[in-house]
Amino acid sequence: MASDKRTIIPIGPFHPLQEEPEFFELYVEGEKVVDIDVHIGYNHRAIEQIGQRMNWDQVIFLVERICGICSTSHPIANCNAQEDLAGVEIPERAKYIRSIVGELERLHSHLLWVGLAGHFLGYNTLWMWAWKYREPILEIFEHVTGNRNHYAMMRPGGVKRDIKEEDIPHLTKVLDEAERKIAMVTKAALDDPVLAARLKGVGILTQEDAIKYCAVGPTARASGVAIDVRKDDPYAAYDLVEWNIITQEAGDVFAKAVVRLLECFESVKIIRQCLDKLKKVKGDIAVKIKKMPHGEGKGHHEAPRGETFHYVRSDGSNNPVRVKVRAPTYVNLPTCKATVPGESVADAAIILAAIDPCYCCTERMMRVMDKRGGKVELDGNELVRLSQEKTRGLRKQLGL
Amino acid sequence: MTEKDIIEKTKELLKDKIVAWEEKSSQRHYFTIKKTDIAFVAKHLFEKLRARFIIASGIDTPKGVEILYHFSFDREGGQVVTVKVLVPRQKCEIESIAPSIPGATWIEREIQELLGVKFLNHPDPRPLLTSEDWPEGVYPLRLDYRDAQFPEDVQKEK
Repeated sequence: MASDKRTIIPIGPFHPLQEEPEFFELYVEGEKVVDIDVHIGYNHRAIEQIGQRMNWDQVIFLVERICGICSTSHPIANCNAQEDLAGVEIPERAKYIRSIVGELERLHSHLLWVGLAGHFLGYNTLWMWAWKYREPILEIFEHVTGNRNHYAMMRPGGVKRDIKEEDIPHLTKVLDEAERKIAMVTKAALDDPVLAARLKGVGILTQEDAIKYCAVGPTARASGVAIDVRKDDPYAAYDLVEWNIITQEAGDVFAKAVVRLLECFESVKIIRQCLDKLKKVKGDIAVKIKKMPHGEGKGHHEAPRGETFHYVRSDGSNNPVRVKVRAPTYVNLPTCKATVPGESVADAAIILAAIDPCYCCTERMMRVMDKRGGKVELDGNELVRLSQEKTRGLRKQLGL
Repeated sequence: MTEKDIIEKTKELLKDKIVAWEEKSSQRHYFTIKKTDIAFVAKHLFEKLRARFIIASGIDTPKGVEILYHFSFDREGGQVVTVKVLVPRQKCEIESIAPSIPGATWIEREIQELLGVKFLNHPDPRPLLTSEDWPEGVYPLRLDYRDAQFPEDVQKEK
Protein backbone atom coordinates (compact mmCIF):
# COMPACT_ATOMS: atom_id res chain seq x y z
CA MET A 1 0.00 0.00 0.00
CA ALA A 2 2.97 2.28 -0.44
CA SER A 3 1.90 3.95 -3.67
CA ASP A 4 1.44 7.72 -3.34
CA LYS A 5 -1.49 7.71 -5.71
CA ARG A 6 -3.52 5.52 -3.40
CA THR A 7 -6.15 6.91 -1.10
CA ILE A 8 -7.88 4.93 1.61
CA ILE A 9 -11.64 5.24 1.81
CA PRO A 10 -12.79 3.96 5.16
CA ILE A 11 -16.39 2.73 5.13
CA GLY A 12 -17.49 2.12 8.66
CA PRO A 13 -17.49 1.06 11.42
CA PHE A 14 -21.10 2.20 11.10
CA HIS A 15 -22.65 1.52 7.73
CA PRO A 16 -25.26 4.19 7.00
CA LEU A 17 -27.75 1.81 5.41
CA GLN A 18 -27.28 -1.54 7.09
CA GLU A 19 -26.97 0.04 10.50
CA GLU A 20 -24.64 -2.65 11.68
CA PRO A 21 -21.00 -2.16 12.56
CA GLU A 22 -18.36 -3.30 10.12
CA PHE A 23 -15.37 -1.56 8.65
CA PHE A 24 -14.22 -1.65 5.04
CA GLU A 25 -11.03 -0.03 3.89
CA LEU A 26 -11.15 0.68 0.18
CA TYR A 27 -7.80 1.46 -1.41
CA VAL A 28 -8.51 3.64 -4.42
CA GLU A 29 -6.51 5.14 -7.23
CA GLY A 30 -8.62 7.91 -8.70
CA GLU A 31 -12.07 6.41 -9.27
CA LYS A 32 -10.88 2.84 -9.25
CA VAL A 33 -10.77 0.53 -6.23
CA VAL A 34 -7.52 -1.43 -6.24
CA ASP A 35 -7.71 -3.29 -2.96
CA ILE A 36 -10.07 -3.82 -0.04
CA ASP A 37 -9.67 -4.84 3.55
CA VAL A 38 -12.46 -5.80 5.95
CA HIS A 39 -12.42 -5.42 9.72
CA ILE A 40 -15.09 -7.02 11.87
CA GLY A 41 -15.51 -7.55 15.58
CA TYR A 42 -17.27 -4.30 16.51
CA ASN A 43 -20.34 -6.21 17.53
CA HIS A 44 -18.89 -9.40 18.95
CA ARG A 45 -21.29 -10.61 21.63
CA ALA A 46 -19.53 -13.81 22.65
CA ILE A 47 -22.65 -15.83 21.82
CA GLU A 48 -20.62 -19.04 21.57
CA GLN A 49 -19.25 -18.56 25.06
CA ILE A 50 -22.59 -17.55 26.57
CA GLY A 51 -24.07 -20.68 24.97
CA GLN A 52 -21.75 -22.85 27.03
CA ARG A 53 -23.29 -21.52 30.24
CA MET A 54 -26.89 -22.21 29.24
CA ASN A 55 -28.92 -25.37 29.08
CA TRP A 56 -29.97 -26.98 25.82
CA ASP A 57 -33.39 -25.33 25.60
CA GLN A 58 -32.03 -21.89 26.41
CA VAL A 59 -29.46 -22.19 23.63
CA ILE A 60 -32.28 -22.15 21.08
CA PHE A 61 -33.52 -18.83 22.48
CA LEU A 62 -30.00 -17.48 22.52
CA VAL A 63 -29.20 -18.32 18.90
CA GLU A 64 -32.53 -16.91 17.80
CA ARG A 65 -31.24 -13.56 19.01
CA ILE A 66 -28.11 -13.68 16.87
CA CYS A 67 -29.91 -12.05 13.99
CA GLY A 68 -33.07 -10.03 13.57
CA ILE A 69 -33.69 -10.75 9.89
CA CYS A 70 -32.96 -14.45 9.56
CA SER A 71 -34.04 -15.12 13.11
CA THR A 72 -35.39 -18.61 12.49
CA SER A 73 -32.41 -19.93 10.55
CA HIS A 74 -30.15 -20.22 13.59
CA PRO A 75 -32.75 -22.07 15.68
CA ILE A 76 -33.45 -24.50 12.81
CA ALA A 77 -29.73 -25.17 12.34
CA ASN A 78 -29.23 -25.59 16.08
CA CYS A 79 -32.23 -27.89 16.40
CA ASN A 80 -30.85 -29.96 13.52
CA ALA A 81 -27.54 -30.19 15.38
CA GLN A 82 -29.17 -31.15 18.69
CA GLU A 83 -31.39 -33.73 16.99
CA ASP A 84 -28.34 -35.17 15.24
CA LEU A 85 -26.62 -35.40 18.61
CA ALA A 86 -29.59 -37.06 20.30
CA GLY A 87 -30.44 -39.20 17.27
CA VAL A 88 -34.05 -38.01 17.19
CA GLU A 89 -36.38 -37.90 14.19
CA ILE A 90 -39.02 -35.16 14.39
CA PRO A 91 -42.73 -35.85 13.62
CA GLU A 92 -43.87 -35.31 10.02
CA ARG A 93 -46.23 -32.47 10.89
CA ALA A 94 -43.39 -30.61 12.60
CA LYS A 95 -41.29 -31.02 9.46
CA TYR A 96 -43.88 -29.21 7.33
CA ILE A 97 -44.27 -26.41 9.86
CA ARG A 98 -40.50 -25.94 10.02
CA SER A 99 -40.29 -25.63 6.25
CA ILE A 100 -43.18 -23.16 6.14
CA VAL A 101 -41.55 -20.87 8.70
CA GLY A 102 -38.15 -21.20 7.00
CA GLU A 103 -39.53 -20.31 3.58
CA LEU A 104 -41.69 -17.42 4.80
CA GLU A 105 -38.51 -16.02 6.26
CA ARG A 106 -36.71 -16.39 2.94
CA LEU A 107 -39.53 -14.46 1.25
CA HIS A 108 -39.40 -11.51 3.61
CA SER A 109 -35.60 -11.48 3.70
CA HIS A 110 -35.23 -11.48 -0.09
CA LEU A 111 -37.81 -8.72 -0.43
CA LEU A 112 -35.93 -6.71 2.17
CA TRP A 113 -32.74 -7.09 0.13
CA VAL A 114 -34.43 -6.12 -3.14
CA GLY A 115 -35.70 -2.99 -1.45
CA LEU A 116 -32.32 -2.08 -0.01
CA ALA A 117 -30.60 -2.71 -3.33
CA GLY A 118 -33.12 -0.44 -5.00
CA HIS A 119 -32.42 2.29 -2.49
CA PHE A 120 -28.65 1.95 -2.95
CA LEU A 121 -29.14 2.52 -6.65
CA GLY A 122 -31.45 5.48 -6.30
CA TYR A 123 -34.52 3.42 -7.19
CA ASN A 124 -36.65 4.38 -4.28
CA THR A 125 -39.85 3.22 -5.97
CA LEU A 126 -38.52 -0.33 -6.03
CA TRP A 127 -37.56 0.03 -2.38
CA MET A 128 -41.04 1.16 -1.37
CA TRP A 129 -42.77 -1.52 -3.44
CA ALA A 130 -40.63 -4.33 -2.13
CA TRP A 131 -41.09 -3.26 1.48
CA LYS A 132 -44.78 -2.70 1.02
CA TYR A 133 -45.30 -6.24 -0.25
CA ARG A 134 -43.07 -7.62 2.50
CA GLU A 135 -45.54 -6.33 5.05
CA PRO A 136 -48.31 -8.94 4.47
CA ILE A 137 -45.69 -11.68 4.98
CA LEU A 138 -44.73 -10.22 8.34
CA GLU A 139 -48.44 -10.13 9.15
CA ILE A 140 -48.71 -13.84 8.38
CA PHE A 141 -45.86 -14.35 10.80
CA GLU A 142 -47.67 -12.43 13.49
CA HIS A 143 -50.81 -14.42 12.82
CA VAL A 144 -49.12 -17.82 12.87
CA THR A 145 -46.37 -17.39 15.45
CA GLY A 146 -47.45 -14.39 17.49
CA ASN A 147 -44.50 -12.25 16.47
CA ARG A 148 -43.40 -10.37 13.37
CA ASN A 149 -39.86 -11.38 14.18
CA HIS A 150 -38.13 -13.73 16.63
CA TYR A 151 -40.88 -16.26 16.15
CA ALA A 152 -39.70 -18.76 18.80
CA MET A 153 -41.24 -21.57 16.75
CA MET A 154 -38.42 -24.10 16.97
CA ARG A 155 -37.56 -26.48 19.78
CA PRO A 156 -35.29 -29.49 19.80
CA GLY A 157 -37.50 -32.36 18.73
CA GLY A 158 -40.09 -30.37 16.78
CA VAL A 159 -41.90 -27.04 16.82
CA LYS A 160 -43.56 -25.06 19.60
CA ARG A 161 -46.82 -24.00 17.98
CA ASP A 162 -49.15 -25.70 15.57
CA ILE A 163 -50.66 -24.07 12.49
CA LYS A 164 -54.43 -24.31 12.90
CA GLU A 165 -56.55 -25.78 10.13
CA GLU A 166 -58.85 -22.75 10.06
CA ASP A 167 -55.89 -20.42 9.45
CA ILE A 168 -54.80 -22.17 6.27
CA PRO A 169 -57.31 -20.52 3.85
CA HIS A 170 -56.26 -17.09 5.08
CA LEU A 171 -52.57 -17.94 4.68
CA THR A 172 -53.15 -19.22 1.15
CA LYS A 173 -55.00 -16.04 0.24
CA VAL A 174 -52.22 -13.76 1.50
CA LEU A 175 -49.66 -15.96 -0.25
CA ASP A 176 -51.48 -15.76 -3.61
CA GLU A 177 -51.62 -12.01 -3.33
CA ALA A 178 -47.95 -11.81 -2.34
CA GLU A 179 -46.95 -13.99 -5.28
CA ARG A 180 -48.74 -11.71 -7.74
CA LYS A 181 -47.04 -8.65 -6.29
CA ILE A 182 -43.61 -10.29 -6.24
CA ALA A 183 -44.13 -11.24 -9.89
CA MET A 184 -44.85 -7.61 -10.66
CA VAL A 185 -41.76 -6.36 -8.79
CA THR A 186 -39.62 -9.04 -10.46
CA LYS A 187 -40.80 -8.08 -13.93
CA ALA A 188 -40.33 -4.38 -13.24
CA ALA A 189 -36.83 -4.88 -11.86
CA LEU A 190 -35.51 -7.38 -14.38
CA ASP A 191 -36.91 -5.64 -17.48
CA ASP A 192 -35.59 -2.24 -16.50
CA PRO A 193 -32.89 -1.14 -18.97
CA VAL A 194 -31.22 1.18 -16.46
CA LEU A 195 -30.93 -1.49 -13.79
CA ALA A 196 -29.51 -3.90 -16.36
CA ALA A 197 -26.96 -1.32 -17.53
CA ARG A 198 -26.05 -0.53 -13.96
CA LEU A 199 -25.73 -4.09 -12.61
CA LYS A 200 -24.76 -6.40 -15.47
CA GLY A 201 -21.06 -7.16 -15.52
CA VAL A 202 -20.51 -5.38 -12.19
CA GLY A 203 -18.73 -7.10 -9.31
CA ILE A 204 -18.30 -10.45 -11.02
CA LEU A 205 -17.55 -13.41 -8.76
CA THR A 206 -16.23 -16.21 -10.97
CA GLN A 207 -17.20 -19.80 -10.30
CA GLU A 208 -13.60 -20.57 -9.45
CA ASP A 209 -13.45 -17.79 -6.84
CA ALA A 210 -16.80 -18.79 -5.37
CA ILE A 211 -15.44 -22.29 -4.76
CA LYS A 212 -12.09 -20.97 -3.51
CA TYR A 213 -13.69 -18.67 -0.95
CA CYS A 214 -16.21 -21.41 -0.02
CA ALA A 215 -19.12 -19.04 -0.75
CA VAL A 216 -22.65 -20.26 -0.01
CA GLY A 217 -26.27 -19.40 -0.78
CA PRO A 218 -27.37 -16.99 -3.51
CA THR A 219 -23.82 -15.63 -3.71
CA ALA A 220 -22.55 -19.05 -4.83
CA ARG A 221 -25.62 -19.95 -6.87
CA ALA A 222 -25.35 -16.73 -8.91
CA SER A 223 -21.85 -17.86 -9.90
CA GLY A 224 -23.04 -21.23 -11.19
CA VAL A 225 -22.26 -23.27 -8.06
CA ALA A 226 -25.46 -25.26 -7.61
CA ILE A 227 -25.28 -25.92 -3.88
CA ASP A 228 -28.26 -25.77 -1.57
CA VAL A 229 -28.37 -27.57 1.75
CA ARG A 230 -32.11 -28.12 1.34
CA LYS A 231 -31.43 -30.34 -1.69
CA ASP A 232 -27.98 -31.73 -0.84
CA ASP A 233 -28.59 -32.84 2.73
CA PRO A 234 -32.38 -32.61 3.16
CA TYR A 235 -33.94 -31.89 6.53
CA ALA A 236 -37.43 -30.72 7.59
CA ALA A 237 -39.82 -31.27 4.66
CA TYR A 238 -37.56 -30.23 1.80
CA ASP A 239 -37.32 -33.74 0.37
CA LEU A 240 -41.10 -34.24 0.65
CA VAL A 241 -42.09 -31.39 -1.69
CA GLU A 242 -41.25 -30.37 -5.26
CA TRP A 243 -39.01 -27.38 -5.92
CA ASN A 244 -35.93 -26.33 -7.90
CA ILE A 245 -32.54 -24.82 -7.19
CA ILE A 246 -32.15 -21.47 -8.95
CA THR A 247 -28.74 -20.82 -10.47
CA GLN A 248 -27.24 -18.20 -12.75
CA GLU A 249 -23.92 -18.30 -14.54
CA ALA A 250 -22.88 -14.65 -14.76
CA GLY A 251 -21.79 -14.07 -11.15
CA ASP A 252 -22.44 -10.31 -11.30
CA VAL A 253 -24.74 -8.24 -9.10
CA PHE A 254 -27.59 -8.66 -11.59
CA ALA A 255 -27.31 -12.46 -11.41
CA LYS A 256 -27.49 -12.31 -7.61
CA ALA A 257 -30.65 -10.21 -7.86
CA VAL A 258 -32.18 -12.67 -10.36
CA VAL A 259 -31.41 -15.63 -8.10
CA ARG A 260 -33.03 -13.95 -5.09
CA LEU A 261 -36.13 -12.84 -6.97
CA LEU A 262 -36.72 -16.21 -8.62
CA GLU A 263 -36.11 -18.02 -5.33
CA CYS A 264 -39.13 -16.19 -3.92
CA PHE A 265 -41.37 -18.15 -6.30
CA GLU A 266 -39.79 -21.45 -5.27
CA SER A 267 -40.45 -20.51 -1.65
CA VAL A 268 -44.09 -19.80 -2.40
CA LYS A 269 -44.28 -23.18 -4.15
CA ILE A 270 -42.81 -24.94 -1.10
CA ILE A 271 -45.13 -23.18 1.37
CA ARG A 272 -48.20 -23.97 -0.72
CA GLN A 273 -47.38 -27.68 -0.87
CA CYS A 274 -46.59 -27.77 2.86
CA LEU A 275 -49.90 -26.08 3.73
CA ASP A 276 -51.68 -28.66 1.57
CA LYS A 277 -49.94 -31.51 3.35
CA LEU A 278 -50.77 -30.02 6.76
CA LYS A 279 -54.44 -30.65 6.01
CA LYS A 280 -53.75 -34.39 5.70
CA VAL A 281 -50.87 -35.04 8.10
CA LYS A 282 -52.07 -35.00 11.69
CA GLY A 283 -50.33 -35.91 14.91
CA ASP A 284 -47.79 -34.54 17.32
CA ILE A 285 -45.73 -31.48 16.57
CA ALA A 286 -42.81 -32.44 18.81
CA VAL A 287 -41.10 -35.36 20.48
CA LYS A 288 -39.51 -35.01 23.84
CA ILE A 289 -35.75 -35.32 24.18
CA LYS A 290 -35.31 -36.60 27.71
CA LYS A 291 -31.56 -36.50 28.02
CA MET A 292 -28.75 -35.28 25.84
CA PRO A 293 -26.27 -38.11 25.36
CA HIS A 294 -22.52 -37.74 25.35
CA GLY A 295 -21.26 -36.83 21.91
CA GLU A 296 -21.32 -34.38 19.04
CA GLY A 297 -23.87 -33.06 16.58
CA LYS A 298 -23.76 -31.07 13.36
CA GLY A 299 -26.66 -29.32 11.75
CA HIS A 300 -27.18 -26.86 8.95
CA HIS A 301 -29.98 -24.90 7.36
CA GLU A 302 -30.18 -22.99 4.11
CA ALA A 303 -30.85 -19.49 5.45
CA PRO A 304 -31.85 -16.70 3.01
CA ARG A 305 -28.18 -15.73 2.75
CA GLY A 306 -26.75 -19.24 2.53
CA GLU A 307 -25.86 -22.17 4.72
CA THR A 308 -25.98 -21.59 8.48
CA PHE A 309 -23.90 -24.22 10.26
CA HIS A 310 -24.05 -25.23 13.92
CA TYR A 311 -21.85 -27.66 15.80
CA VAL A 312 -22.62 -28.78 19.36
CA ARG A 313 -20.75 -31.01 21.78
CA SER A 314 -22.21 -32.55 24.89
CA ASP A 315 -20.63 -34.25 27.89
CA GLY A 316 -23.97 -35.73 28.88
CA SER A 317 -24.82 -32.88 31.26
CA ASN A 318 -27.46 -30.19 31.00
CA ASN A 319 -25.17 -27.68 29.28
CA PRO A 320 -23.36 -27.89 25.98
CA VAL A 321 -19.57 -28.03 26.15
CA ARG A 322 -19.29 -26.12 22.91
CA VAL A 323 -21.67 -24.35 20.54
CA LYS A 324 -20.10 -23.26 17.28
CA VAL A 325 -22.06 -20.97 14.98
CA ARG A 326 -21.10 -20.20 11.41
CA ALA A 327 -23.31 -17.68 9.66
CA PRO A 328 -23.32 -17.43 5.86
CA THR A 329 -21.90 -13.91 5.73
CA TYR A 330 -18.74 -15.17 7.43
CA VAL A 331 -17.71 -16.94 4.23
CA ASN A 332 -19.54 -14.70 1.74
CA LEU A 333 -18.04 -11.43 2.88
CA PRO A 334 -14.39 -12.30 2.12
CA THR A 335 -15.41 -12.73 -1.54
CA CYS A 336 -15.35 -8.92 -1.76
CA LYS A 337 -11.59 -9.35 -2.17
CA ALA A 338 -12.38 -10.94 -5.52
CA THR A 339 -15.30 -8.74 -6.59
CA VAL A 340 -14.57 -5.15 -5.55
CA PRO A 341 -11.00 -4.48 -6.80
CA GLY A 342 -11.10 -3.14 -10.34
CA GLU A 343 -14.51 -1.54 -9.94
CA SER A 344 -15.31 2.14 -9.45
CA VAL A 345 -16.08 3.73 -6.09
CA ALA A 346 -19.67 4.38 -7.17
CA ASP A 347 -20.18 0.64 -7.67
CA ALA A 348 -18.53 -0.46 -4.42
CA ALA A 349 -21.64 0.17 -2.30
CA ILE A 350 -23.90 -2.09 -4.38
CA ILE A 351 -21.27 -4.84 -4.77
CA LEU A 352 -20.75 -4.98 -1.02
CA ALA A 353 -24.51 -5.03 -0.57
CA ALA A 354 -24.96 -7.75 -3.21
CA ILE A 355 -23.97 -10.59 -0.91
CA ASP A 356 -26.76 -9.41 1.42
CA PRO A 357 -24.35 -9.08 4.33
CA CYS A 358 -25.65 -9.65 7.82
CA TYR A 359 -23.09 -8.31 10.22
CA CYS A 360 -24.74 -9.19 13.47
CA CYS A 361 -24.61 -12.78 12.29
CA THR A 362 -20.96 -12.52 11.40
CA GLU A 363 -20.18 -10.86 14.23
CA ARG A 364 -20.61 2.39 10.45
CA MET A 365 -20.40 5.82 9.33
CA MET A 366 -18.85 6.07 5.86
CA ARG A 367 -16.20 8.64 5.16
CA VAL A 368 -13.74 9.38 2.41
CA MET A 369 -10.55 10.84 3.83
CA ASP A 370 -7.60 12.51 2.25
CA LYS A 371 -4.81 10.11 3.20
CA ARG A 372 -2.14 12.73 3.86
CA GLY A 373 -4.17 15.50 5.45
CA GLY A 374 -6.69 13.24 7.17
CA LYS A 375 -9.41 15.63 6.03
CA VAL A 376 -12.90 14.23 5.65
CA GLU A 377 -13.99 14.66 2.04
CA LEU A 378 -17.04 12.44 1.65
CA ASP A 379 -19.21 10.83 4.26
CA GLY A 380 -21.49 7.81 3.95
CA ASN A 381 -24.40 9.72 2.53
CA GLU A 382 -22.08 11.14 -0.07
CA LEU A 383 -21.09 7.65 -1.22
CA VAL A 384 -24.72 6.64 -1.56
CA ARG A 385 -25.35 9.90 -3.42
CA LEU A 386 -22.47 9.04 -5.80
CA SER A 387 -24.07 5.66 -6.47
CA GLN A 388 -27.50 7.18 -7.03
CA GLU A 389 -26.06 9.86 -9.33
CA LYS A 390 -24.48 7.22 -11.51
CA THR A 391 -27.88 5.62 -12.04
CA ARG A 392 -29.42 8.99 -12.90
CA GLY A 393 -26.63 9.60 -15.42
CA LEU A 394 -27.24 6.24 -17.02
CA ARG A 395 -30.94 6.89 -17.21
CA LYS A 396 -30.28 10.15 -19.07
CA GLN A 397 -27.85 8.43 -21.44
CA LEU A 398 -30.43 5.84 -22.29
CA GLY A 399 -32.92 8.64 -22.87
CA LEU A 400 -35.41 7.58 -20.21
CA MET B 1 -21.90 -40.74 -7.68
CA THR B 2 -23.69 -42.73 -5.04
CA GLU B 3 -23.70 -41.97 -1.34
CA LYS B 4 -21.23 -44.59 -0.27
CA ASP B 5 -18.71 -43.71 -2.91
CA ILE B 6 -17.40 -40.41 -1.70
CA ILE B 7 -16.87 -41.65 1.86
CA GLU B 8 -15.11 -44.78 0.57
CA LYS B 9 -13.02 -42.60 -1.72
CA THR B 10 -12.02 -40.37 1.19
CA LYS B 11 -10.98 -43.38 3.26
CA GLU B 12 -9.05 -44.77 0.30
CA LEU B 13 -7.22 -41.53 -0.52
CA LEU B 14 -6.28 -40.69 3.06
CA LYS B 15 -5.81 -44.20 4.45
CA ASP B 16 -2.23 -43.55 5.64
CA LYS B 17 -3.32 -40.46 7.54
CA ILE B 18 -6.51 -41.55 9.29
CA VAL B 19 -5.94 -42.52 12.91
CA ALA B 20 -9.57 -43.23 13.79
CA TRP B 21 -12.86 -43.01 11.88
CA GLU B 22 -16.23 -42.55 13.53
CA GLU B 23 -19.49 -42.82 11.62
CA LYS B 24 -22.26 -41.14 13.60
CA SER B 25 -24.79 -41.71 10.81
CA SER B 26 -24.61 -42.09 7.04
CA GLN B 27 -24.58 -38.29 6.69
CA ARG B 28 -22.26 -37.40 9.58
CA HIS B 29 -18.66 -38.60 9.84
CA TYR B 30 -15.69 -37.74 12.03
CA PHE B 31 -12.07 -38.77 11.71
CA THR B 32 -8.93 -38.05 13.68
CA ILE B 33 -5.53 -37.35 12.13
CA LYS B 34 -2.11 -36.38 13.42
CA LYS B 35 -1.40 -32.66 13.80
CA THR B 36 1.40 -32.72 11.22
CA ASP B 37 -0.88 -34.08 8.47
CA ILE B 38 -3.49 -31.32 8.46
CA ALA B 39 -2.17 -29.31 5.49
CA PHE B 40 -1.97 -32.46 3.36
CA VAL B 41 -5.41 -33.75 4.36
CA ALA B 42 -7.15 -30.39 3.91
CA LYS B 43 -5.56 -29.85 0.50
CA HIS B 44 -6.59 -33.30 -0.70
CA LEU B 45 -10.14 -33.01 0.62
CA PHE B 46 -10.56 -29.60 -0.99
CA GLU B 47 -8.78 -30.10 -4.30
CA LYS B 48 -8.98 -33.83 -5.07
CA LEU B 49 -12.33 -34.72 -3.50
CA ARG B 50 -13.81 -31.24 -4.06
CA ALA B 51 -15.30 -30.96 -0.60
CA ARG B 52 -16.48 -27.53 0.50
CA PHE B 53 -14.80 -26.17 3.63
CA ILE B 54 -17.63 -25.15 5.98
CA ILE B 55 -15.77 -23.87 9.03
CA ALA B 56 -13.32 -24.89 11.71
CA SER B 57 -14.06 -24.83 15.42
CA GLY B 58 -11.67 -24.94 18.30
CA ILE B 59 -12.43 -26.48 21.69
CA ASP B 60 -10.20 -26.24 24.72
CA THR B 61 -10.11 -29.63 26.46
CA PRO B 62 -8.00 -30.86 29.37
CA LYS B 63 -5.77 -32.71 26.89
CA GLY B 64 -5.12 -29.69 24.71
CA VAL B 65 -6.86 -27.57 22.12
CA GLU B 66 -8.94 -29.63 19.74
CA ILE B 67 -9.51 -28.19 16.28
CA LEU B 68 -12.31 -29.56 14.13
CA TYR B 69 -12.35 -28.83 10.42
CA HIS B 70 -15.82 -29.35 8.95
CA PHE B 71 -16.14 -30.22 5.27
CA SER B 72 -19.24 -30.88 3.20
CA PHE B 73 -19.62 -33.00 0.07
CA ASP B 74 -22.50 -30.96 -1.26
CA ARG B 75 -23.45 -32.41 -4.60
CA GLU B 76 -22.06 -35.85 -3.88
CA GLY B 77 -24.53 -36.72 -1.16
CA GLY B 78 -24.38 -33.86 1.33
CA GLN B 79 -22.32 -35.68 3.95
CA VAL B 80 -20.61 -33.51 6.54
CA VAL B 81 -17.16 -34.85 7.37
CA THR B 82 -15.16 -33.49 10.30
CA VAL B 83 -11.38 -33.74 10.59
CA LYS B 84 -10.21 -33.73 14.22
CA VAL B 85 -6.77 -32.59 15.32
CA LEU B 86 -5.42 -32.25 18.85
CA VAL B 87 -2.91 -29.46 19.45
CA PRO B 88 -1.00 -29.81 22.74
CA ARG B 89 -0.93 -26.71 24.93
CA GLN B 90 2.86 -26.67 25.40
CA LYS B 91 3.57 -26.20 21.71
CA CYS B 92 0.34 -24.62 20.60
CA GLU B 93 0.88 -24.33 16.86
CA ILE B 94 -0.34 -26.00 13.71
CA GLU B 95 0.16 -25.65 9.97
CA SER B 96 -2.32 -23.24 8.35
CA ILE B 97 -4.71 -24.54 5.68
CA ALA B 98 -5.46 -21.05 4.36
CA PRO B 99 -2.76 -21.17 1.63
CA SER B 100 -4.72 -23.95 -0.13
CA ILE B 101 -8.22 -22.91 1.07
CA PRO B 102 -8.65 -19.09 1.04
CA GLY B 103 -12.06 -19.53 2.70
CA ALA B 104 -10.29 -20.63 5.89
CA THR B 105 -8.38 -17.36 6.34
CA TRP B 106 -10.85 -15.69 8.71
CA ILE B 107 -11.61 -18.62 10.97
CA GLU B 108 -7.92 -19.34 11.54
CA ARG B 109 -7.42 -15.72 12.55
CA GLU B 110 -10.37 -16.07 14.92
CA ILE B 111 -9.12 -19.30 16.52
CA GLN B 112 -5.67 -17.74 16.86
CA GLU B 113 -6.95 -14.88 19.01
CA LEU B 114 -9.69 -16.69 20.92
CA LEU B 115 -7.85 -19.92 21.69
CA GLY B 116 -4.21 -19.02 21.28
CA VAL B 117 -3.35 -21.54 18.58
CA LYS B 118 -0.62 -20.24 16.32
CA PHE B 119 -1.13 -20.99 12.62
CA LEU B 120 2.16 -21.41 10.80
CA ASN B 121 2.52 -19.92 7.31
CA HIS B 122 -0.82 -18.12 7.57
CA PRO B 123 -1.06 -15.50 4.80
CA ASP B 124 -2.60 -12.79 7.03
CA PRO B 125 -2.23 -13.54 10.77
CA ARG B 126 -3.69 -10.27 12.16
CA PRO B 127 -6.38 -10.43 14.87
CA LEU B 128 -9.92 -10.52 13.46
CA LEU B 129 -12.36 -9.80 16.28
CA THR B 130 -10.55 -8.47 19.34
CA SER B 131 -9.88 -4.77 19.79
CA GLU B 132 -6.44 -3.25 19.41
CA ASP B 133 -5.91 -2.92 23.18
CA TRP B 134 -6.75 -6.56 23.94
CA PRO B 135 -3.90 -7.86 26.17
CA GLU B 136 -1.53 -10.40 24.70
CA GLY B 137 -1.73 -13.96 25.93
CA VAL B 138 -5.36 -13.70 27.09
CA TYR B 139 -7.54 -16.18 25.24
CA PRO B 140 -11.28 -15.94 26.02
CA LEU B 141 -12.26 -19.44 24.93
CA ARG B 142 -9.60 -21.20 27.03
CA LEU B 143 -10.81 -23.15 30.04
CA ASP B 144 -8.64 -21.12 32.43
CA TYR B 145 -9.99 -17.78 31.21
CA ARG B 146 -11.44 -15.54 33.93
CA ASP B 147 -13.20 -12.18 33.61
CA ALA B 148 -10.46 -10.66 35.80
CA GLN B 149 -8.21 -10.79 32.79
CA PHE B 150 -10.26 -8.15 30.99
CA PRO B 151 -8.40 -5.00 30.03
CA GLU B 152 -8.63 -2.35 32.73
CA ASP B 153 -10.89 0.09 30.88
CA VAL B 154 -13.45 -2.64 30.22
CA GLN B 155 -13.46 -3.44 33.93
CA LYS B 156 -14.18 0.16 34.85
CA GLU B 157 -17.13 0.34 32.50
CA LYS B 158 -18.72 -2.75 34.00
